[in-house]
Amino acid sequence: MFWTAWAILSVVGDIVVWVFVGPHTPPGALTETAKSDQFDFNVLLMFAVPVLIGVWMWLAFAIRFWNVKRGGPDPVGGEAARNNKVAQVSWIGITSFVVLFLAGFGTWALVVDHGSGGGEGPNPVWSPAGAVKAETAAATGNSSWKVGEPLVVQVIAQQWRFTYRYPQFGGFESQQINIPAHTTIVFNVTSLDVIHDFWAYQLGVKADANPGINNVAYTETKGTGSFVVRCAELCGIWHGGMFNYGKVLSQSAFQNWASSTEAANAQNTKFLPAFSWTYYPSANGAGGGYYPAGNLTPYSPSETYGSATPAS
Amino acid sequence: MTISAERPVDVVAGAPSLPVSKVSWTQRPGWVSQHLGTAVVMGFLGYVFGHWLGNYIASGYTYVQNTGQNNIADTLALAFMVLGWLLGIGALNYPLLKIVGREPAEEEIPIKHWSRFFRFSLDHKVVGLQYVVGVLLFMFTGGLLAMAVRAELLSPTFHLFSADTYIKIVSEHGTVMMMMATSIIVGPLGNYFVPLMIGARRMAFPRIEAFSFWIFTAGYMVIFAALPYGGFPTGWTGYAPLQTQAGPGMIGYLLGFAVIGTGMIASGFNIGVTIINYRAPGLTWNRIPVFVWSILATASLLTLATPVLFVGGFLGLLDKTVQTAFYVNEHGGSAYLWQNLFWFFGHPEVYIMALPGFGIAGELLPVFTRKPLFAYKVSAAGMMGVALLSFFVWQHHLFQSGINPDMRPLFMLTTELISIPTGFIYLVGLGTMYKAKIRFRLPMMFVMALFFNFLIGGVTGVFLSDVPVNVTVHGGFFVLAHFHYTIMGGLLFAFMAGLYYWLPKMTGRMMNEKIGKWHFWTMFIFFNLTFFPMFFIGLLGQPRRVFEYASNLQGLNDFASISAFLLGVSFIIFAFNLAWSMWINPVKAPANPWDSLGLEWQTASPVPHDNFERIPVIMTDPYRYGEPDAPAFADLGVAVGSNSHEA
Ligand code: HEM
Ligand SMILES: [Cu+2]
Ligand SMILES: [Cu+2]
Repeated sequence: MFWTAWAILSVVGDIVVWVFVGPHTPPGALTETAKSDQFDFNVLLMFAVPVLIGVWMWLAFAIRFWNVKRGGPDPVGGEAARNNKVAQVSWIGITSFVVLFLAGFGTWALVVDHGSGGGEGPNPVWSPAGAVKAETAAATGNSSWKVGEPLVVQVIAQQWRFTYRYPQFGGFESQQINIPAHTTIVFNVTSLDVIHDFWAYQLGVKADANPGINNVAYTETKGTGSFVVRCAELCGIWHGGMFNYGKVLSQSAFQNWASSTEAANAQNTKFLPAFSWTYYPSANGAGGGYYPAGNLTPYSPSETYGSATPAS
Repeated sequence: MTISAERPVDVVAGAPSLPVSKVSWTQRPGWVSQHLGTAVVMGFLGYVFGHWLGNYIASGYTYVQNTGQNNIADTLALAFMVLGWLLGIGALNYPLLKIVGREPAEEEIPIKHWSRFFRFSLDHKVVGLQYVVGVLLFMFTGGLLAMAVRAELLSPTFHLFSADTYIKIVSEHGTVMMMMATSIIVGPLGNYFVPLMIGARRMAFPRIEAFSFWIFTAGYMVIFAALPYGGFPTGWTGYAPLQTQAGPGMIGYLLGFAVIGTGMIASGFNIGVTIINYRAPGLTWNRIPVFVWSILATASLLTLATPVLFVGGFLGLLDKTVQTAFYVNEHGGSAYLWQNLFWFFGHPEVYIMALPGFGIAGELLPVFTRKPLFAYKVSAAGMMGVALLSFFVWQHHLFQSGINPDMRPLFMLTTELISIPTGFIYLVGLGTMYKAKIRFRLPMMFVMALFFNFLIGGVTGVFLSDVPVNVTVHGGFFVLAHFHYTIMGGLLFAFMAGLYYWLPKMTGRMMNEKIGKWHFWTMFIFFNLTFFPMFFIGLLGQPRRVFEYASNLQGLNDFASISAFLLGVSFIIFAFNLAWSMWINPVKAPANPWDSLGLEWQTASPVPHDNFERIPVIMTDPYRYGEPDAPAFADLGVAVGSNSHEA
């Protein structure tokens, strides 16, 4: 009786959750990465629902039926009440199996999805095709981006804002982040001061920004759309105010935005430190004009920094 | 036979002995003695002295140029305050006398007066009750801070506090609560009941036990001293380089953890040794109560994990005072080092905050189901397994950090493996409930709530440990909801179960059942209404520790805040119940109000100074409920009928 009810409720629960909840679970499906993180989440839900239902039902049963108010004979002690081989062995067996399966599944998802959008440190072991080549080229400071190739974006966090450098576009630095659709994006995340965390929610990307360390994360965009960037590691007083918005543009719109920003910013870019994977903070550093140095004010005010983002 | 609880008398007859002190100042009746008052005075003097000393040796050696802020003076002031406090209460009398070659007064007269609670007492029962007051103090101050946090989050844009004040409130709340949670069960209930449950007359090291309590109170002062020092902005995790950058309030955090940590090591060591060596004859490993198993597992974590925290805090203090660079990347240190040290302690720490709760659940279930504990061996194995595995999972807090990314599959595996032994606790719990005749008295209701809450906490833990899902949920309100479900929903509910169950033994008074029901239902309902929405808040993208959030999340946040205020009310009901049942309208507790077979209920009430007239002999397994002909758990060696609790 109990187990039949449990089986039915679990199947129904799983179907309902998969069909009605699944499409809305985070982080959505703006990128391939987000989509597969969402798939993972939903798979875990499929296991969670029967477990929750089973234990809750059991507790409800206990409250309703195994209650002293219902009278009946006293429970009998002794070996039968202390141990039940079948129950114990199957409990341990089933939980072990589920756990091992989930660990295996998580590992598989992590590997095939090139780190699932998480920070993979300076030398990622699981990277998408072409990413390493694009990075190596970008490091020289004079590569350029062509449609279809991975785009390298450097995320520089500091108290309390993010700026973005585009090494394939002359290394200009912007407070806006725009990326092209249907493209592999290589994020190189670093910090100038304390630890921050670059969390692009809808992209399914999260990577800590450590000072002096290049933390790489990948995503593969699909269609156009917009996303929020929030700092997800406590970085001091204004941590709560450290966010901005970005866009996934069509490839040609992106190309236009990036090239025109590159041109508009050329006079500022030449005062920036040469593109590199990490920076030490300095008054004249890579901070997007946040700490302009003395009477040398090479940066435009933040409002006019970069070109206006096209609608999509 | 186990080792006798008596201390060895004379080693060699006629051997010359050290000169003996006549008086024990900690146990001397009256004002002219050592007690809380002298501790306060000495603590104050220590503070003043330390401050002066720091300025004397290091004036001008400031962390931030020309601020006059001397971190060395601030650190030494607090360190000497702790030292003065310990000297004042008399915690160091014994070792100091030994060092100067005198034998401390041995046979102290145990004070019967209420003032014993304000002294350095070697009676584990007094220490237990002192701890009850101590952890409640922690809990209520930490709770007030939580109310402030939820008040700020009522609106995404209108601010009650400045961003600066807010982050310091969050940090203080988290740190105070974590410090409290390390001791909330081990301190009060562990110290009080472990000796009673294993049939011992005292702890192995009563002085270390008393020391652990008094240094715990010193830790409370140090962590609160962080506020007048300007607070600290790092959350309870204290990440460097923010730690290095922070003002002098950070000293309160670093030194506070070192001080509390010393107490944790001391108490874990003492309790662990006691359980291993002071078991009554016949109390073999497969007969000790599960609560004792859980405390043993916790004690091993306290002893083995806390030193790492201590070292971490110490290095941080060096960075802040004498300007070493252990955590400064630019100068050859590593901010990752702190993250590793902190979480190497921090993850075992979360099981320090879970295992005692499992222990209480396991201990109370047979009493209220009137059945033997199901799968006793599995439960003991589960707790020890959790304790062991908890040392191998710490990097699951650092999945996105870029440390050791290739090891993520390994840490995902170890973390998920922990859910196997944790699941054992559910096997035991659900198995014991099976076809029982459950008596839904208050302690049992709290235990049922624990199983409900911890399930949610545990299942969401598996989500967090899955690296691809962790990308979305790390650093957000999902984590926050998860750990409140395990710590508050598990440990704090277990603590309440334990209090309602054991306070009658500790104080001889019953807790009022009616007010208790109000307390239970408000706490259970509003706990869930507060924290369940936080899973969604997190999934919808709100990071932790923020004072501003997306305006579309205001509805959920307001719901959580209002529930949190009502949850606060449930704690006021609890406080009222305590006052009502203990002082205003006390009702005398029967000798064994729950018909328990536990050894702690078989000794007299109130518990005599030496616990048992004779060391009991354990005859059989615990939990032989449902077997009317089963022999009694222990032979107390007292003729039937002369049992003093009947009198
Ligand atoms: C009345 C009950 C409580 C409420 C309403 C509450 C609420 C909160 C909230 C809203 C936050 C975090 C805010 C943020 O990160 O933006 C928080 C953080 C925290 N709470 Fe609680 N809490 C309560 C009780 C507890 C208890 C009992 C514990 C542990 C024993 C605890 C431990 C923590 C910790 C460790 C943090 C993290 C602080 C950090 O980010 O470093 N809380 N609490
Ligand atoms: Cu931040
Ligand atoms: Cu952990």
